[in-house]
Amino acid sequence: MSYSIMLHKSSNDMKKTILTSVLALMAFMLVNAGLKPGDNAVEFSLKNVDGTSVSLSDYADQKGMILVFTCNPCPFSKAYEQRIISLHLSYADQGFPVVAINPNDVEISPDDTMDKMKARAEEQDYPFPYLKDESQEVYKAYGASKTPHIFLLQNKGGKFKVAYIGAIDDNAMDAAEVTNKYVEKAIAALISGSNPDPATTKAIGCTIKTKS
Amino acid sequence: MRYSIVIILFYIFNFAQSSAQSVKEIDSDALKALTYTMNDTTYVVNFWATWCSPCVKEIGYFEELHRQRESEKVKVILVSLDFPKQIDRRVIPFLKEKEITADVLLMTDLDYNSWIDRIDPSWSGAIPATLIYNKETRVFLEQELTRDELFNHVTQIKQ
Repeated sequence: MSYSIMLHKSSNDMKKTILTSVLALMAFMLVNAGLKPGDNAVEFSLKNVDGTSVSLSDYADQKGMILVFTCNPCPFSKAYEQRIISLHLSYADQGFPVVAINPNDVEISPDDTMDKMKARAEEQDYPFPYLKDESQEVYKAYGASKTPHIFLLQNKGGKFKVAYIGAIDDNAMDAAEVTNKYVEKAIAALISGSNPDPATTKAIGCTIKTKS
Repeated sequence: MRYSIVIILFYIFNFAQSSAQSVKEIDSDALKALTYTMNDTTYVVNFWATWCSPCVKEIGYFEELHRQRESEKVKVILVSLDFPKQIDRRVIPFLKEKEITADVLLMTDLDYNSWIDRIDPSWSGAIPATLIYNKETRVFLEQELTRDELFNHVTQIKQ
């Protein structure tokens, strides 16, 4: 939530102004919860659709990771599903594999149970882990707010750092109409030794389903 | 006799036309203008889509707000973020089913990163999201709203 006052007519508005300022400050703190580019990535250890447990530290020998918060039913996740698979197929060999995390509460979103995730991963032949953030602590630690939401990580001397946060590209509806492949450009920047520009982008997506 | 039937048919046709929900397409510049209109009206701009279940859950409250308070200078605008190709197949049938009479616009600019910050810098892009503003106050809510929350926000802002 963000509140802002644009004009104050009289001192009668004072109370409202104070309340609004407090709310704006709270909103500021909320918005800034989670990670931003340059921050250390947060370690996780989550259950995969194959029954194993997958951790960030399992990837210590990689150059980085394309961490994707996504889910089964969201139309934007579906629209990007093949593009996420392609990212893994193109970049896993270059040291940037995809790891997908499903953050949704299964009571609110029954299509996101582990069984439904397994079915989806098998049906679409996911070449990457598809993990369940059952406690919903991982998405909160990263500050993911929607699906799909990308956190591109870079391994810097054994420590994963956040290099890019945001969308995969600039056209969710039609992969053929894309003019800016944000994630691919960000990986190219990292491989060439520079920082991604832009380091963050925004896109429309489905809210992460959680019990408030 | 035949002439009057034609006239009746003409009126029926016209009535059907005017009561049918239409959806106007807008681009990011038009949307920006719509979210910074400074007059005596309080604007309630809801970002939604037919595929977004919390949006569908709350849309009735926006319609109710529109019907109840339009005469009190409360203008409800529903901005659909459905893909433009789904307007006839999904958006319009949905609006008919829900009997939505508030204004509905469809955003055609899919380069979301180019305009989300212009609506509100705090918006991450998740929907539902609602902007309530007038020339004095502005509140942006990236959340699902209950009926009471929506009506209370509007009442507060109009004070």
